[in-house]
Amino acid sequence: MELLLVFIIGLLYGAGVYMILRRSLVKLIIGLILMGNGANLLIFLLGRIVKGNPPLINSDANILGEIYADPIPQALILTAIVISFGLQSFAIILVKRAYKVVGTDDLDEMNATDEDL
Amino acid sequence: MAIAILLLFFWKKKNAQKLISVLGNLISVGIAIWLFYIVWENGIYFTQAGDWDAPYGIPIVADTLSAVMVLLTGICGLAVSVFSVGSVRNARVNFGYFPILHFLLMGLNGAFLTGDIFNLYVWFEVIIISSFVLLTIGGEKSQIEGSIKYVTMNLLASSIFLTAIAILYGLTGSLNMADLSLKVAALENRGLVNVTAFLFFVGFGIKSAVFPLYFWLPASYHTPPPAISAIFGGLLTKVGVYALFRIFSLIFIPDEFLLNLICTVAALTIFSGAVGALTQINLRKIFSYLIICHIGFMIAGLGMFTELAITGAIFYMIHDIIVKTNLFMSAGLIFKIKGTYNIKKLGGLYAAYPKLTLLMAIPLFSLVGIPPLSGFWAKIYLIDAGFQLKNYALVGFIILGSFLTLFVIAKVWSEVFWKESEELTAKEWVRYFKDLKPLKQKAIIIPILFLGLVSLYIGFGAEHIITVSSRIAHELLHTEPYIKTILQK
Repeated sequence: MELLLVFIIGLLYGAGVYMILRRSLVKLIIGLILMGNGANLLIFLLGRIVKGNPPLINSDANILGEIYADPIPQALILTAIVISFGLQSFAIILVKRAYKVVGTDDLDEMNATDEDL
Repeated sequence: MAIAILLLFFWKKKNAQKLISVLGNLISVGIAIWLFYIVWENGIYFTQAGDWDAPYGIPIVADTLSAVMVLLTGICGLAVSVFSVGSVRNARVNFGYFPILHFLLMGLNGAFLTGDIFNLYVWFEVIIISSFVLLTIGGEKSQIEGSIKYVTMNLLASSIFLTAIAILYGLTGSLNMADLSLKVAALENRGLVNVTAFLFFVGFGIKSAVFPLYFWLPASYHTPPPAISAIFGGLLTKVGVYALFRIFSLIFIPDEFLLNLICTVAALTIFSGAVGALTQINLRKIFSYLIICHIGFMIAGLGMFTELAITGAIFYMIHDIIVKTNLFMSAGLIFKIKGTYNIKKLGGLYAAYPKLTLLMAIPLFSLVGIPPLSGFWAKIYLIDAGFQLKNYALVGFIILGSFLTLFVIAKVWSEVFWKESEELTAKEWVRYFKDLKPLKQKAIIIPILFLGLVSLYIGFGAEHIITVSSRIAHELLHTEPYIKTILQK
């Protein structure tokens, strides 16, 4: 399970970086999404995956004796997913708007900011 | 009490009116002064959100550095919101300009006050999402293009930051900065720790626009309205610098290699920023490159990592936040008067508006660091620290950077203020300064005057600021009290 996740994460990061380096705007967004998902899976993986051990303590015990599933990474991922969801939807709208205003999705042709007023 | 500062901004969630915005900022400046006073008298002030004890809960911590940053945010926020009253169009206000400005300020305050690294990430996201909206509001062509570059780089920086947090959590099983500080020091796998430190450096480096990662900044900061670029130029990059100081003093104590790396990056940042500023003719682009150049000064202070150097860097940061905000507002005022940012076309401002020129001279000359204005003292400290470490190359770059800044400012001064003025054809879409209502004219001038006075105070009351910044430097280098307070050991 861990090994599979390692490969998936590597694949997601690699594909994300590759997509970001493309000139097309849409591929840029896809690349950012892939990288975000890769980061989320990485948190999940590094939070030590354990099957079927809830983080609960018996009422008579003071500390957790056995290996248990750490709930914090899942809370972190949930937060990160929500944030990245918001950011990505904003970025998609921005790209759509940019395509309308500029009339191209090629990043190399977007250089109006380098002209002087 | 620290939370009060944050909650203050939620209260304006509805479509806030200008008056409420200014009042809200006045209150937050008041609270920030109070917070600073408490921290100054009693040391580190903190509270645990949700009543979970450290290291499990999310602490909100105010040490002297945080308190000073919150105070500076308050001052700049106040100045910018008054400036916005005079200069931002109604169409933008209708799209929720003021509430988003307050979300941005809330995010900044949160990032300065949090003591939890994932919480820091969340505040960074609050900051960038509100800055995205501020940057794109209005939707002109250059604005959209600039924001695509800005959004991409910031999203990338966030991913890297998140990755670094993931690895750090995997290594230590903690997110609390004070707790991390102890656990990272005890780790045996130094290679992985260094990789994580480097990921943090890249993530924050993109946000604070250091050398190889700064290209998004001059491509985007000159596109939005002047009020927005004022708050961006003053505060947004400094959050990255603040995070660098925090992370590298508390969690990762930089080793020889990392310090050399930071010094090299700082020198190159200074150089490329200054040279970039030389070649530009758009007033706001010049200032954008100068931001990069002066970020280099602060990073240089971190790279030298002695108490003297960090004192200088913190002093520089205090001075720079005020002056850069003021500069971008002055650029906005110049635009309102003449209708262009091109310094070749500008001119004759001194003859037409002598009093305003005098006002705008304050930030320009404090930026150069002409004694006794505010930039001078910080540079003295940095150069002194460089000599003590015998790091002459870095000292050379700092002096070169200051010299090129002087040259750029002299060029701006002679082109904009002293040159004979040309006749410019009036553009219809520009609302000129002389056509504005007297109240709005005042709203534009007063914040520039206010920040000018603050930077004069930093210059003439330098011994106060030095006391504050040397205490910050001491706290940053001796973190035991911080850790003890948070973990209550």
